Amino acid sequence: MTFDALAGVLLIPALAACLLAALPGYRLTSRLNVLATFLTCATAVSLFVVEPRSGPYLLVDDLNKVFIVLTTFVSFTTSVFSASYIGHEIKIGRLKPTYVRFYHAMYQVLMFAMNLALVANNIGLMWVAIEMATLTTVLMVGIYRTHEALEAAWKYFILGSVGIALALFGTILVYMAARPVIGEGPEAMVWTTLVTRAATFDPALLNVAFVFLLLGYGTKVGLAPLHAWLPDAHAEGPTPISAVLSGLLLNVALYALLRFKMLLALNPAAIAPGPLMVTMGLISCVFAAFMLYRRRDIKRMFAYSSIEHMGIIVFAFGMGGPLANFAGLLHMTMHSLTKSAIFFAVGHIAQVKGTQKIADMGGLTVTNPVLGWGLVLGVVAIAGLPPLGIFMSEFLVVSSTFARSPWLTIILVFGILVALGGLFLRLNTIAFGEPRGPTAPADASYVPMFAHLAIVFMAGIYMPPALVTGFQNVARLLG
Amino acid sequence: MRGLSFDIAHMLAGSLVLVSFMQLYQDRLYALLNIYALHALILAMSVAWQAFVQDAPHLYLTAVIALVFKAIVIPTALHKIIVKLGIHREIETVVGVGPAMLLGMGLVALSMVVMLRVTAKADPLAREDLAFALSVVLLGLLMMVTRRNAVSQVIGFMSLENGLVLAATGAKGMPLVVEISVAFSVLIAFIVIGIFLFRIRERFDTVDVQALDRFRGERR
Repeated sequence: MTFDALAGVLLIPALAACLLAALPGYRLTSRLNVLATFLTCATAVSLFVVEPRSGPYLLVDDLNKVFIVLTTFVSFTTSVFSASYIGHEIKIGRLKPTYVRFYHAMYQVLMFAMNLALVANNIGLMWVAIEMATLTTVLMVGIYRTHEALEAAWKYFILGSVGIALALFGTILVYMAARPVIGEGPEAMVWTTLVTRAATFDPALLNVAFVFLLLGYGTKVGLAPLHAWLPDAHAEGPTPISAVLSGLLLNVALYALLRFKMLLALNPAAIAPGPLMVTMGLISCVFAAFMLYRRRDIKRMFAYSSIEHMGIIVFAFGMGGPLANFAGLLHMTMHSLTKSAIFFAVGHIAQVKGTQKIADMGGLTVTNPVLGWGLVLGVVAIAGLPPLGIFMSEFLVVSSTFARSPWLTIILVFGILVALGGLFLRLNTIAFGEPRGPTAPADASYVPMFAHLAIVFMAGIYMPPALVTGFQNVARLLG
Repeated sequence: MRGLSFDIAHMLAGSLVLVSFMQLYQDRLYALLNIYALHALILAMSVAWQAFVQDAPHLYLTAVIALVFKAIVIPTALHKIIVKLGIHREIETVVGVGPAMLLGMGLVALSMVVMLRVTAKADPLAREDLAFALSVVLLGLLMMVTRRNAVSQVIGFMSLENGLVLAATGAKGMPLVVEISVAFSVLIAFIVIGIFLFRIRERFDTVDVQALDRFRGERR
């Protein structure tokens, strides 16, 4: 039997999780963690070379290939960062060795759950995978067992489970809508079947189902006003987890939402899902932009920035059409790479300074030039300044939607500009001015951070034609 | 026979909503836990009845899971946790009983209006079940919002999950994969919650969620 890459992206993390749970010693396990994520990433890339056949449970198409490769790549670089980050946490005694074993096993379980959510061809299976990813991250957020970490994990757990419960109700309703057409049994939950028959489903049921799915998975995407868990979970967990949450888990929830949006778009009698998504996206973007001004904790600040960008992405997908979808997809990719690079920098900065309070940091470009300038570059990228990738994608979002609804786009641009102001205000305190706090040299791995930033920089200047065609195909698929 | 089987299913699903209401005004943890066990018991009966009516033997398994885990194991374990933590005193509700009941009635009315309207073409049994299930889900949500105590929030969440199971079994022929995973996820959720409760106790000597709210990165 030939090697099946689809099974590979699931089996490698699953096996690695078992192995890492059993093995002691931080050095060995952190390397194994890197190796496992690298293998998963390589397997995911091979999906582009040999495309396996989709079965009744697993599916591969142009849309999820992009997501899988992005997920596995960022999780690979994050595991490299995590190795040096966790090393430092053990040295200062913030994390006990037993917890490290647990942490690595959970990291792989999370990878498994996210990949499963992306390749699942069954809406029930996809739901199970997202629930699994949520529970894993809840455990990881609470891993420091401090007062704040527990509060964050509890809040995340409660809000996350309610979101997931609503999503399940939506999933059941989709099944109810599909049953009279497709017939009873598992077949009525399979994506590939649902998509071909969606035009004949009962539109009223689909509408209600989509509202539940939007609220449910929207909570996981971090859309305002359902975002309350996100800043806490990002701020209190280990920084590699903040990077994975922001860069990947939000995307996975978004992917689920996009799939259901495709389903609704195929049914002419159902409501258009676009306006709902556009509204939520705009609210998130503007709201989060204003929230950036009052932040005192560096990780919370970038968590709000994630809400803002998810708002922009959801806005772009909500507008729909090949161009806006292309822009949304590009923006999502760029945001994942940039935001995780920023969290890599922030993780090491917080370790050097021994705090996450912005007021206790200062003059980083003088004391730790590499980290400081890395952060400056990251913030310049995330704020959407040219010539970096996010400028490109934001420009595309704005230009592709302006002709259709100028007023909405003006609100979006307003949000982006407000966010830019907020980010630079804080960056000024952190990176420049009088050095404050400890100034020890960082024991850091810079490679992942600069690798991400280099890709973002490249994308701003030149996009390989193959990538453009690939994204265009996906954008067309999204409708 | 069609009429009778419909009536029984209707009665069981309706009782589930009724018991959800009963949960809303319980102000002692033990009582709340007992009512939750009753909730799970009725759910098990309802699922078993659906299994019989739909002639779907795999649903009996779901009924057994509901009976064993939700009506027996989890309440017993939570009971022990409550004793261990020494928190069998009164629960402080954020909203009074009266307003909570009124809100609950509003939510039930809302779910009837929404679900009965959109499912006009579905068969009557599934239709009523979905409307009741949504009511149970919303009432569970309401309970989570109106309670401060971590244990009662968890109970609210579990009764919400019961509503989901009711919906899943009402949807005729929904595959087994999902039902088992639903039950399984509740179990995992419970483990997570259990760990959390112990950790919370360890750190702050209280399970009052308000105590958790004291600190947040912003203030100071």
